[in-house]
Amino acid sequence: MPRVKVARKSTFIDMTAMCDVAFLLLTFFILTAKPKVDDPTKAEVPFSSKTKLVPEDNLAMITIGNVDGKDRIFYSVTGSDVRAATLKAMGDKYKIVFTPEEIAKFSLLEVFGVPIANLKQFLDLRPDERKGFPQPGIPTDTTATNELSNWIYLSRQADKGLHDKALDIAIKGDRKEQYPMINEVIGVLGHQKIFKFDLITDLRAAPKK
Amino acid sequence: MAELDTSGGGKHKGGKVRSKKQSTRVDLTAMVDLAFLLITFFMLTTTLSKKKAMDLAMPDNSVIKSQLPVAATRSMTILLGSHNKLEWYMGEAGKSAPTVDNYGKDGLRKALIENGKKVAETHAAPDNFMIVLIKPSDKSTYENLVNTLDEMSITGVQSYAIVKITPLELGDLQKNGLY
Repeated sequence: MPRVKVARKSTFIDMTAMCDVAFLLLTFFILTAKPKVDDPTKAEVPFSSKTKLVPEDNLAMITIGNVDGKDRIFYSVTGSDVRAATLKAMGDKYKIVFTPEEIAKFSLLEVFGVPIANLKQFLDLRPDERKGFPQPGIPTDTTATNELSNWIYLSRQADKGLHDKALDIAIKGDRKEQYPMINEVIGVLGHQKIFKFDLITDLRAAPKK
Repeated sequence: MAELDTSGGGKHKGGKVRSKKQSTRVDLTAMVDLAFLLITFFMLTTTLSKKKAMDLAMPDNSVIKSQLPVAATRSMTILLGSHNKLEWYMGEAGKSAPTVDNYGKDGLRKALIENGKKVAETHAAPDNFMIVLIKPSDKSTYENLVNTLDEMSITGVQSYAIVKITPLELGDLQKNGLY
C-alpha cells in the first residue's frame, strides 16, 4: 500500500493585515491619548448623578486637597500660552522678574501649589526633583487680593487677551475636605464676581444609593 | 518562522549568471509584537472616563436688590452637620423642631419630595414651589455639600441657595451632637 503523503505546508502566516490593523489602532490611541495629569493632592472627588462633561480647554482648576495633614490649594490652567502670560503678569504684580527660561518652564507646568515667593526656586528644579519638593499650597485668605485670587484674575485676563473667551472655573475637592476651605475658595471667586462654576464629580456607578 | 529559501539556485546549463531571486516577504512578527505592545500601553494609560462636573450658581452678593417677600412656610432649611448627618426644618428657625436625617434615598430625598408636595398643595400656583436653603456648618464635608446639591437636581427643586449658617442653628446642631 502506498503511504499517504501529507503535503508539507509553510507555517508562515501573512501578517500584513494584522500589522495594518495594529498600527491603525496604535495611531488612534496615540492621537487621542492625553497623559494623566499628576494630581499632587490625590483628591478623591465626590459622586453625583451629573453627566455634564468638564471642558477640555479654557479651564482653570482649583484643587483642594489634604497633603500630609494640611489642607492645600493647587492651581492649574490650560494652555501653555495662557500660563506664560499669567506668570508674566504675576511677576509684574509681585515685583519678581522671571527669566524667559523660567517662563518657558512654567508654561509646561500642569499644576502647582507654591507661593509666588518660592516659585523661582521651584521652577529651577528638574521635573523629577519637583515631586519631592514640599508644595505648601497657594496662600489664600478672605481678602479680595490674595495670591490665589490674583492667579485666577490674571489668568482670566490672559485668556481673554489671547483667546477672547471667558475662562471656565472648576473646583476639584476631596470628599473629606471640610466646608470652611471650600467656602473660602467660593468666597475668593465671589470677590471676582464669578458666581457660576463647576464642581468636579465622578459619575455614581450604581443607579441606586 | 523565517522562511527558508527553498528555490533551487545554481547555475543553469550554459546559461548566463543570473542573480538569485529573493523572496519579497518580510517577516512582520516582531513588528506586530511591538505594535500590540504599544497599543496595550496607550490603552492602559488613557483615561477613557472623562471627569464630570456639576454646575453651581451662587447668588450675587455684591448687589443688594429689593428682595421679594416669600412666605416662610415655603422654605425648607437644610443644616449640614458632622458625622454625615443633617437636620432640616420647614419655615422659620426655632419655630419648629428640626428633623435629624441622613443623606441618600430614604433620608434627604424622601424629605425633599414630601415637603415639596406639601408646599405645592398648600400654596396657590404659580408661587407654590419650595425654596430650599442649604446651610453647611464648618464640620460638614465637601461630599455632604455635593450630595445635597445632587439631591436638589434629582428631586427637581427649582430654587435653592447656599446660605451662611446662623448661631441659632449652630446651637441646634450642637444640641443634637452634630457639631
